[in-house]
Amino acid sequence: MSKIHVTTTVNGDETEFLCDPRETLLDVLRDRLNLTGAKEGCGTGDCGACSVTIDGRLVCSCLVLGAEAEGKEIATVEGIADGDTLHPLQRKFIEHAALQCGICTPGILVAAKSLLEKNPDPTETEVRYWLAGNLCRCTGYDKIIRAVMDAATEMREAS
Amino acid sequence: MALDDRKSDFTFVGTRPDRPDGLDKVTGRAKFGADAVAPGMLFGAIVRSPHAHARIVKIDTSKAEAMKGVKAVVTRADFATGLTGEFWNVQENVMAGDTALYDGHAVAAVAATSALDARDAAKLIEIEYEVLPHVTDVDKAMAEGAPVIREGAADGSVPEGMHPNVVRYHESGHGDVEKGFAEADLVIEDSFKTEATHQGYIEPHACLASLGADGKGELWCTTQGHWYAQKHCAALLGIETSQLRVTASEIGGGFGGKTTVFIEPVALALSRKANRPVKLVMSRSEVLRATGPTSSTSMDVKIGMKKDGTITAAQGVFRLQGGAFPGAPMEFTAMCAFAPYALENVHQVGYDVIANRPKQAAYRAPGSPMAAFAVESVIDLLCQELGLDPVEVRLKNASKKGTKASYGPRFDDIGLVECLEAARDHPHYSAPLEQGQGRGISCGFWFNHGGETSVSLALSEDGTVQVSVGTPDIGGSRASMALMASETLGIPYENIRVTIADTATLGYNDVSHGSRVTYASGLATIKAAQAAIAEMCKRAAAKWGIPEDAVKWEDGCAVPSGPNAGDFEPLAMADITADMGATGGPISGHFEATPEGAGVSFGVHIVDAQVDPETGKTSIPRYTVIQDAGKAVHPAYVEGQFQGGAAQGIGWALNEEYIYGEDGRLQNAVFLDYRIPVASDLPMIDTVIVEVPNPGHPYGVRGVGETGIVPPLAAIANAVSRAAGVRMHELPMSPPRILAALKADG
Amino acid sequence: MVEVNLWSGLRSLTGGKQVVEVEASTVGEVLSGLVEAYPQLKGPIDAGVSVAVDGRIIASGLTEPVSPDSEVYLMQRLKGG
Repeated sequence: MSKIHVTTTVNGDETEFLCDPRETLLDVLRDRLNLTGAKEGCGTGDCGACSVTIDGRLVCSCLVLGAEAEGKEIATVEGIADGDTLHPLQRKFIEHAALQCGICTPGILVAAKSLLEKNPDPTETEVRYWLAGNLCRCTGYDKIIRAVMDAATEMREAS
Repeated sequence: MALDDRKSDFTFVGTRPDRPDGLDKVTGRAKFGADAVAPGMLFGAIVRSPHAHARIVKIDTSKAEAMKGVKAVVTRADFATGLTGEFWNVQENVMAGDTALYDGHAVAAVAATSALDARDAAKLIEIEYEVLPHVTDVDKAMAEGAPVIREGAADGSVPEGMHPNVVRYHESGHGDVEKGFAEADLVIEDSFKTEATHQGYIEPHACLASLGADGKGELWCTTQGHWYAQKHCAALLGIETSQLRVTASEIGGGFGGKTTVFIEPVALALSRKANRPVKLVMSRSEVLRATGPTSSTSMDVKIGMKKDGTITAAQGVFRLQGGAFPGAPMEFTAMCAFAPYALENVHQVGYDVIANRPKQAAYRAPGSPMAAFAVESVIDLLCQELGLDPVEVRLKNASKKGTKASYGPRFDDIGLVECLEAARDHPHYSAPLEQGQGRGISCGFWFNHGGETSVSLALSEDGTVQVSVGTPDIGGSRASMALMASETLGIPYENIRVTIADTATLGYNDVSHGSRVTYASGLATIKAAQAAIAEMCKRAAAKWGIPEDAVKWEDGCAVPSGPNAGDFEPLAMADITADMGATGGPISGHFEATPEGAGVSFGVHIVDAQVDPETGKTSIPRYTVIQDAGKAVHPAYVEGQFQGGAAQGIGWALNEEYIYGEDGRLQNAVFLDYRIPVASDLPMIDTVIVEVPNPGHPYGVRGVGETGIVPPLAAIANAVSRAAGVRMHELPMSPPRILAALKADG
Repeated sequence: MVEVNLWSGLRSLTGGKQVVEVEASTVGEVLSGLVEAYPQLKGPIDAGVSVAVDGRIIASGLTEPVSPDSEVYLMQRLKGG
């Protein structure tokens, strides 16, 4: 099968790649662009470990075809920190011990960042429902929710 | 091991610093199983049986082999022959021999130049099956006339006359239960069933393997134990253990499910045949169909109680179905069942039953949660009938130091009474309940484990320290190792770097299982640090020209000690390491042992449940975990273990189950249908860390990872009973089951 | 002599005895003594056992000491998740 040429922007950098029409955006990010921060936990859009944003919209990259990235702006976990300055969410995740194994962390950070951009002052319930598409098997979510709420508070105070 | 040096006053242990690998894990830099690449790498795919039980008549690989990009196809013929015992079991599970034993059993595999081509080639492998009768339910598998999974699989322990699918038997206890039941004011006997659940780690199994015709190989994989992987892969492929170097990737959850091998030997076989590196990654469906799960169970429990709450006798029969191979942890189910209670008369029986399901793997306190579901439900029934307070009854019967355990020996220092007292005094236990809510409690027990352990600690010239451990960091153990090393050495936490060494770099290490890492690798880290301290004191003594025993280690410095030591300025670590090459050579500390003082673990959970009578859905408005940690090294990660165990238990209690159709095929092999708890299903999970030091660890540490999954099943069933007036005998307590129970109750 | 408490499932291999005596000063000698006295115990012991000595559960250490007044229990080998 002949490959498709795609031009896109990933974490602010203009990027080109060739992909098989059947390849997902997740496959492309991981296998062609070496951005392995997004993880495949299910391949069916149920676990959220592959969360990225496309033009600011939160998606499971396992449910998007690589070819669909044409002309879009993709943001992944690798782009959350500003150089060597961690995003408040990243800092709060470490501070609150909001990760144990860390496999779901990239997807949850992308999803939580997307939440706080839309709703800087979410209630606990709003955080829980927004993150309901991101499975974590280690933590029971308690410390994740606390980290997101704490980061939101800090970001509101800073702005 | 002399532990007279047990410490109780800590500077670093018990604090909550950032984990050393935190940055890697919040930026996407951490390399997990599927994140590795190698030059010339191929991609593998596995062909799996669609049948629950079928003889493999013929495998035709010719079409696949002829496909463009395909470099190797393997079947069982490409593995070692003549294995016996557990090696044979693992090999047979990794790649079927004559017979496919369950839906999802691997039958062949292919490697190609792209993942898509490998998947396409797998579809071209033609397999002819002769479908055989199958059985998946534990009670049906034991019944007369059930299809025999494998003749001669039973060991000598099984009593005469049992079905050949009963492969192991356990019986233990003491006293006279009949006499005990006669002394009771009330005896309740009841039966319970639990379905298989999966460990549900979010990272599927993944590996990158390279094996040459010279028998030398490299394996990168996500595993709880890379020495286990090394030993089993070498055996299954017929190569020498030391010629295979295994590196553990960062691990995306395991919970027991990554204590064995599945795809790793297959990737090595493909690599050997193709003479190129092969990457193999499971899909979620493969994970659910062919790895894990727990045993399913069928249990009968009978307990006698006096009006004052004294338990007079207890007995249990525990039947565990563990897939198509021996190994269901029925002896742990039996031994854990009544461990929280001091009983004069107790008797427990376990049956290990094989059926057409995937080989069970360990899952957090293997076998114990099911036992607690049955036993703690019956105790709750007795409390309800006799009008007794559930915490007071448990306190009255609780095991303590010196109690003869239900499984035989006497307990040393344990913290069950302290946990129960903390539960009784916790505001949650006395908080008012809302309409339609009920409160349940349950105790839980797990043994914990020591295991083979090697740690190496090397000092750098600038006075910083590298610690190499062999237990994969599955939940923040680098932080606890660094804390224990800094406590022992008296240097800042930040000056220590902890690495998970590969199999070529360190002596043998048992798997990260049995809640052993903080206990055993921690103990070995402390001992390795002490060995380095002894050498540093020696170097200081030589510099000062005084005897070695006139130097002691204090706050990270060598200082003269005793009346005749003389007066010298303390030497800090960096002062000693700066010229160590010239004062006797590099300084390292090692410790290798199999520590045998893991110390058993108890916990108590309090849960409020609310049942919607319209839908049968149960929600959990409040949850509290109380557990003895011995000594919490990094309390935030101890809390995390408590919360994670509770969350997994909530899933087991309410949602999660393996659903097999009449055809013996797994019907819910995706996360949408095998539904683990999501953030909106759970409340905040409150925790209380009880600390009754473990006499077997220099800092009093006992493992905390597993016990947290034991109480939730029963605690929630007990809460549901009080919320909705129905006693649930089968897990999960899914909405349809609750509705049926409500309906039957009228 | 050391008294060794077996789990009751083993009684069928020891002529009905649940407590047996062996000459031993280590865990390893307890196990070899058991097999010598009751050869049928070799199967379950080879399959993996732990030995509890005065309440301490020893999963693998054959050199751990045992004394005549020790409380010794044979248990099935422990494994965790």
